[in-house]
Amino acid sequence: MPTFVAMPAIETFGLEKTYTVGFWRKRPRCALRPLNLAVEEGEVFGYLGPNGAGKTTTLKLLMGLMFPTAGSAKILGREVNDPQVKAQIGFLPEQPYFYDYLTARELLEYYAQLSGVEARARSRRVAAVLERVGLRDVAGVQLRKFSKGMLQRVGIAQAILHDPKVVFLDEPMSGLDPIGRREVRDLIESLKQEGKTVFFSTHILSDAEALCDRVAVLHQGELRGIGVIADLTSSVRGKVEVIWQGGVIPPAMHALSAECHLIGAMARAVVGENQLDAAVDALRRANLKLVSVTPVRASLEDYFVEKLSPAEVAAR
Amino acid sequence: MRPSRRTTAILVAILVVCLAAAVFSITLADRARPSATLEETLYIPSPSVLKRMSLGYTGLLADIYWTRAVQYFGGKHVLASHEYKLLAPLLDITTQLDPHLTVAYQFGAIFLTQPPPNGAGDPDAAIKLVKFGIQENPDNWHLYYNLGFIYYLEKKDYGAAAQAFEQGSRVPNAHPFLKLLAARMAERGGDLETARMLWTMTYDDSKDKDIKANAISHLRALQVDETVPRLEQLIRQYFERTGHDPGNWAELVRAGYLPGIPLDPAGHPYKLAPEGNVWVAVPDALPFITQGLPPGVKASEMPKL
Amino acid sequence: MTRVTSIASNTFREAVRDRVLYNLIAFALLMVAASLLVGQISMNIERNVVINLGLTAVSLFGLVIAIFIGIGLVSKEIEKKTLYTILSRPVRRWEFILGKFGGLVATLVVNTVFMAVGIFAAVFYLAHHFQRADAYLLVALYFIILQFVMITALALLFSSFSSPLLSAVFAFALFVIGTFAQDLRGFASLTHGVIGWIAIAAAYVVPNFAALNVISSVAHDQPVAASLVLYNTLYALLYSAAAVAGAMLIFERRNLK
Ligand SMILES: Nc1ncnc2c1ncn2[C@@H]1O[C@H](COP(=O)(O)OP(=O)(O)OP(=O)(O)O)[C@@H](O)[C@H]1O
Ligand SMILES: [Mg+2]
Repeated sequence: MPTFVAMPAIETFGLEKTYTVGFWRKRPRCALRPLNLAVEEGEVFGYLGPNGAGKTTTLKLLMGLMFPTAGSAKILGREVNDPQVKAQIGFLPEQPYFYDYLTARELLEYYAQLSGVEARARSRRVAAVLERVGLRDVAGVQLRKFSKGMLQRVGIAQAILHDPKVVFLDEPMSGLDPIGRREVRDLIESLKQEGKTVFFSTHILSDAEALCDRVAVLHQGELRGIGVIADLTSSVRGKVEVIWQGGVIPPAMHALSAECHLIGAMARAVVGENQLDAAVDALRRANLKLVSVTPVRASLEDYFVEKLSPAEVAAR
Repeated sequence: MRPSRRTTAILVAILVVCLAAAVFSITLADRARPSATLEETLYIPSPSVLKRMSLGYTGLLADIYWTRAVQYFGGKHVLASHEYKLLAPLLDITTQLDPHLTVAYQFGAIFLTQPPPNGAGDPDAAIKLVKFGIQENPDNWHLYYNLGFIYYLEKKDYGAAAQAFEQGSRVPNAHPFLKLLAARMAERGGDLETARMLWTMTYDDSKDKDIKANAISHLRALQVDETVPRLEQLIRQYFERTGHDPGNWAELVRAGYLPGIPLDPAGHPYKLAPEGNVWVAVPDALPFITQGLPPGVKASEMPKL
Repeated sequence: MTRVTSIASNTFREAVRDRVLYNLIAFALLMVAASLLVGQISMNIERNVVINLGLTAVSLFGLVIAIFIGIGLVSKEIEKKTLYTILSRPVRRWEFILGKFGGLVATLVVNTVFMAVGIFAAVFYLAHHFQRADAYLLVALYFIILQFVMITALALLFSSFSSPLLSAVFAFALFVIGTFAQDLRGFASLTHGVIGWIAIAAAYVVPNFAALNVISSVAHDQPVAASLVLYNTLYALLYSAAAVAGAMLIFERRNLK
């Protein structure tokens, strides 16, 4: 019996991009160092990195909009420029802009034609997707009258219009208000339920934490870490927050925590998990009343801070 | 993830084939275009309107019209046309747009003057053109030379020619030759030696290849016109001595009249014709000749020099 | 093929929703109407003036439309990034170019038909009936459309690698040069040697708009030879095909940064 291995939905092999900048004196600028990445089918994959990390560059390479300096990539096991691949992917560019002389419905009809959606199914599909992103009521309005958030929704609509297997979203939450972000999160969740692969870039960590099965962290074009969020964050040491009553901080507490201060009649300190016992002892000895002990979950933020060298963080 | 090689190859092939085929079809179109319908109505006949339309780029436009004139003449000359209706207006426009384009006057002096098929046969237009040139460029001795040349060549007005040469010789830096020409006109306007001097001068004075070629044709014709009567005279002498015409050139050579078989300037041997006449073998190769023409070959359109 | 026609019809739709287009057409029609006035002033040559001025207006305004829409065809889509959502679909880059080209040509044909109706109306107004020579007008208009096809292809070519402004300059310069194509050959044939060969090659590669201009002969009611129609058609289509292939070739290798 041969063994079957799940085929990666997205795979890159030493993908590399160097831009040339400058008009007279051309200088190379490395935007993506050799990138090796595999995203499994059905995964929601977060592509994280601060501004200028190379996220958009990667996505453009995967969409065949640019040619890599070196390396290659495959989507669904095929060359990225293969029309068969293109028929099965959806793409939301960052800060999308669309033909503003069209109405939302016309635009989606046009895109449906280009994606090869059957003529019979077209208008039904367009109506459904407009409903799904909450643009049903403005379907007949020209896009030049749309707000930024509405355009972002149109962008998401066109990315999922043709029921693609793999969806690429470049910063899908940007430009949206809290309710809009919530909706996009729900939408990504539902795409996951439908078994789609979602690859999305963001520099907002909480979005990734809430949604992703796995994330990759990119910095200055270099892959700094990849894995399940729990694994990544557990590599950062856990901490605990201790709160007590009585407006004093016992001297022993100062020794345990660098982070302690008074909050009115209460006081608060953050200590390492392994020093919790010592901290509680210190409070008991000073006759102070313990109010709460909560573990501070290590977040991607901590991961970022820890993974990017202090100099890099300071430089930002 | 590279651009597809196959697509590239196909596109390059399409580009090359289509471009080549396009160039080919435009040459066909050029031939399909009757000169009457397009060329002859294409031009705006009024120089003053043109001048305004050129928005100040009169020099460029003059160059364009100059090439048009040359092309027009060249194109028609190849077809041995007898009509050069547009040559005068084209040169007129050219020189109105740029009065200092001396080559245009020179060109007009010769090709407006010569009778068809070697020119427009309109010496008066040529005189008008060159006089305008002199008015605009009074210090250019070449133009006086051209004017004298027209009087000499077609009008046979040796007095007017002498006067033009004389005026030209007074211009600073004029070629000393002009003085000589002025004098010669007065005494022996019509002889071959004068004609040879003039055409040699024209040849040396011009950079235009049509003008140079035309001068060479004339010089060759002059050579024929000189050689043929001399050969005929030798034949007469031979007849007087022997009582019969020579059967071929070899007889004359053996008798010591000629050093070898005589060749015309086109490289063909002269033909010994009946009754002591001498003909050129290929009259078409020697335009402008007046001697050595077989009977029936028209010489009338050729200028008499 | 459906993708190419979709892109073409969207391009057409973009053009017809642009107000600039209507202004230009209206202006051209105004010029045709004005030619009636000018014709009345210049006695006996009304017909000549109306045809000359009318056809010139059609060709110039069409040219402006062709260049100004043509130069934006590709570069605007790159600049505004609308291309990203097109090329991430099963659309090949050459299909995109072909669709854009087809759309603009269709736009120009429709425009020309509108303006042509104006000219025929003016000619009819003068004579109160149509005559045989009016058919030659159709040939002249057909040649004008062929010119548009060529200039569109060239604008597209420039648009595939340079900015709109530069493309406009290139396209317009080529139009001017092409109008003097015959004279350029004249210049070229006066040069000699290697430079002469290069000049002759250049003179033949440059678009020959002069060959497609029969306005003045038509204004004199002169017929146009059928063979000329055939060869000019071949020329314009082949030349445009070469330019479009060039545009595709460049666009296939472009990095859309
Ligand atoms: N067209 C370009 N020409 C030159 N350099 C570029 C170009 N596009 C991006 N870069 C550079 O490449 C690097 C990566 O850019 P990229 O847009 O991929 O970052 P990003 O991760 O998407 O950032 P952001 O979160 O701000 O969108 C940056 O340093 C940027 O300056
Ligand atoms: Mg980005």
